Amino acid sequence: MKDQGGIGARAHRIGGVGRVTGAQQYVADIPVADVLHAKLVTLDCAHARIVSIDKSAAEALPGVHFVMTADDLPKPMPRFGPEYQDRPVMADGETKYHGEAVAAVVADTKDLAEEAVRLVKVEYEVLPAIHSLEAALAPDAVLVQDPAIRRPGPNVDSNILSEYHFGWGDVDAAAKEADIVVEHTYDWPSQTQFAIEPHGFIAAPDDDGIVVWSSIQHPYQLQKTVAKVLGLPMAKVRVFAPDPGGAFGGKQHTKLEPLVAFLALRAGRPVRLILTLEEAFQAVRRTGARIKVRTGIKRDGTLVFQDFENHFLIGCYADTGDRVSAKGSFLSAGPYRTPAVRIVSRSILSHTTPTHPMRGFGIPQVTWARESNLDEAAIAAGVDRLEIRLKNLVKYGEEHVPGDTPADGDWAQTVRKAAAEIKWGTPLPQGQGRGIAIGVKSGPTTGLSYSTVRFLADGSAIVFSGTSDMGQGARTIYAQIVAEELGISLDCVAVVMGDTAVVPYDQQTSASRSSVLMGNAVLNACRDIQRKLRARIAEMEEIADAAITIDRGVMRIADREEPLPVVLARVLGRMGGEVVGNGEARKDAIAEHPLGGTALFFEFNCTAVDVAVDEETGETTVLKQITVGDVGFALNPVQVTGQDEGAAIMGMGQTLMEHLIWGPDGRTRNLGAIDYRIPTSLDLPKELHSFSIENADGPGPYGVKGISEGSLLCTAPAIAAAVRDATGAVIRDLPLSPERVWRALKERT
Amino acid sequence: MTETFHLELTVNGRPRSVDIVASHTLLDVLRDDVGLTGTKECCVVGECGACTVIVDGKPINSCLMLAAEADGAEVLTVEGLAPEGRLDALQQAFLDTGAAQCGFCIPGQLMSARALLQRSPHPTPEEINEALAGNLCRCAGYEQIRAAVLAAAGEVQS
Repeated sequence: MKDQGGIGARAHRIGGVGRVTGAQQYVADIPVADVLHAKLVTLDCAHARIVSIDKSAAEALPGVHFVMTADDLPKPMPRFGPEYQDRPVMADGETKYHGEAVAAVVADTKDLAEEAVRLVKVEYEVLPAIHSLEAALAPDAVLVQDPAIRRPGPNVDSNILSEYHFGWGDVDAAAKEADIVVEHTYDWPSQTQFAIEPHGFIAAPDDDGIVVWSSIQHPYQLQKTVAKVLGLPMAKVRVFAPDPGGAFGGKQHTKLEPLVAFLALRAGRPVRLILTLEEAFQAVRRTGARIKVRTGIKRDGTLVFQDFENHFLIGCYADTGDRVSAKGSFLSAGPYRTPAVRIVSRSILSHTTPTHPMRGFGIPQVTWARESNLDEAAIAAGVDRLEIRLKNLVKYGEEHVPGDTPADGDWAQTVRKAAAEIKWGTPLPQGQGRGIAIGVKSGPTTGLSYSTVRFLADGSAIVFSGTSDMGQGARTIYAQIVAEELGISLDCVAVVMGDTAVVPYDQQTSASRSSVLMGNAVLNACRDIQRKLRARIAEMEEIADAAITIDRGVMRIADREEPLPVVLARVLGRMGGEVVGNGEARKDAIAEHPLGGTALFFEFNCTAVDVAVDEETGETTVLKQITVGDVGFALNPVQVTGQDEGAAIMGMGQTLMEHLIWGPDGRTRNLGAIDYRIPTSLDLPKELHSFSIENADGPGPYGVKGISEGSLLCTAPAIAAAVRDATGAVIRDLPLSPERVWRALKERT
Repeated sequence: MTETFHLELTVNGRPRSVDIVASHTLLDVLRDDVGLTGTKECCVVGECGACTVIVDGKPINSCLMLAAEADGAEVLTVEGLAPEGRLDALQQAFLDTGAAQCGFCIPGQLMSARALLQRSPHPTPEEINEALAGNLCRCAGYEQIRAAVLAAAGEVQS
């Protein structure tokens, strides 16, 4: 019921009014009575041995409550992490990255906390810092992690955290069959998520438990972690997760919440720690990667083999680095029919900021390498760059990774649409070039989401969902599903999120899962309500359940039709009350699968661009950027376009301007908005067009697939290909900054 | 002892009289002393625009202005755009085009856009890009934001 704001409607964002009036409260906006202010003490280097910390002068300052150091925390130091429990609550004798807290000050005001930080005297010895793959893998490299806290394994005495081997076929045998073999190495720099809302945390003692506010994507994971670190039952840890002001992967997991919880427990009062943007840069980043690819093809462009060696430079703690390396690399060979593939992927520890995934979860890094290398092979063979893709692209239902989920869309349709929109094959003026690239990413490999929907007596409804609405618009999507299924208008639906004490469990908000997994949970909760209504009507009218059908908000008995709010009123009668439905959606783990589960769906995107390159300055201008996504079904077309265009522009920024720079001592040299550039309204493509392919063939409600990573998966290789097409300059390192392009133009042969 | 300052200013048409820490910025005072948290804090170096407010008709980064400098000034924040609870044309257009995604940058975008429309009621797309270049949006809803400003053009009362 599109006109009532049901599925397919261009419905206004639920929560939109608060966002345009300033009423929307992010963590830093939440007033908490009697709150104290915390500030972190950090060192001006990456790797150091802490000799002593003198907090006496800071603690003597009136209004300062205390300074907490590792000595004030339980022994052994509690450690946590999403995959490996290796991250200490606070630096314990040694800092491993620039910005790691060695102490925390708690004071009456923010000003006092800042002043006290300057009075904490830390004596420390600077140690050599590793911030490159070469240094980390050198035979005599310092070990970033003490082998005693590592999981036993063959790499425990090195900086290799994990190593994966994937693949199929016999690459060495296949290599003999190839007419053309092209091998190159492609670098993707470390970058930062740069949500405009820096991370914020508040903790408050709550009777015999604790309440934590956090701008977090995965509140239920945070609840579990805080409970474990503090030794509390999960039921005594209540997490409030207000909508994050952007996240992009950088707010997935627990960071400083355990520390703030310890501060609050010691203070016996609420404590808040709102990071500065510079501190947010030091709290999390995206992994850089170096990908070596060897591609073998026949003269006609048929793929024969691909051989990948992927290295991801992760931080000093495992965080999600291992998973990004594994999941990103698993699909290294992309959506193609490649008979033999070998993939080795390693996550490498370094004295740098711990890494979370960023939009794309490792896929942009490997896609940059694969698509660029495929272009180089096509050019060597004299095969058209679009044709080589279409020739090797798997068909609907065909496996691209043997044993995993087969292609779940008509992907050629997506590629052809992009090619048509960019007018592939038509000539461009001198100085301009064209590129095309394909990205494919596994959606979630496991998942578990619950939802409760309450159908109230007046025909309005409240949805409970544990998703974090960080801009993707999850609230609106769920409300549209409920409006559709219960036959009510969108303005009669409220959505409750962000409170682990009230809202049932959701595994996490990541991998573009929410419209599919939580969407199905919400749909199932509505179906539960429909079942209950049907059973009660059957009883009241003394007819068989089977004689009643309910579909999309309408009940039918023989020729009679009745809207569900009317049915509800009859069922509730004079007593009133409500009907409550519960729904669940799961994607079960598969123990023997290399990733622990097959892809629930694929995000598939084709991006094509035209660029102009200024030969004098090396500046690249994107003239036209076409992004086409296989979305299944656009539940809300406005939000689908917003997400995809956002991904496209973010992808362009990451291609042309974004990289973190480390100094020799491991300090991050470009902390903050002045030195780390992201796209502004003056950096946009001259033309940007986003298209959706809708065949209603996804596993979510009404055929939806996840879409939120979209164009970002393959923007970089498309733009780099266009730069080469325009100039002949081949660049295999990102970003394509004017300086780098200018140098490549000078070195062009 | 921290130096204090007695500040008198008008915020969204309402006179305010507050004793503040002299070193605090207008952003600090709006958020912490006046209690209007619609104005957001991000970079505090005048690069991101999240803290944009209108002071005596001009858009400024409130993180770069000492509050004391705003003594006697008329300040308009995002909360002042819909004083009667009715959205103004810009706010409505932002909703209509889906310009607000995560929403964190939106108060700043709205204030920059309002200032633009007050000085140039019918801006070109290029003028909009120029006027909003100091307001970062990491969701990169720039296309929708520009569309919203175009849609609202001419409908904003000064």
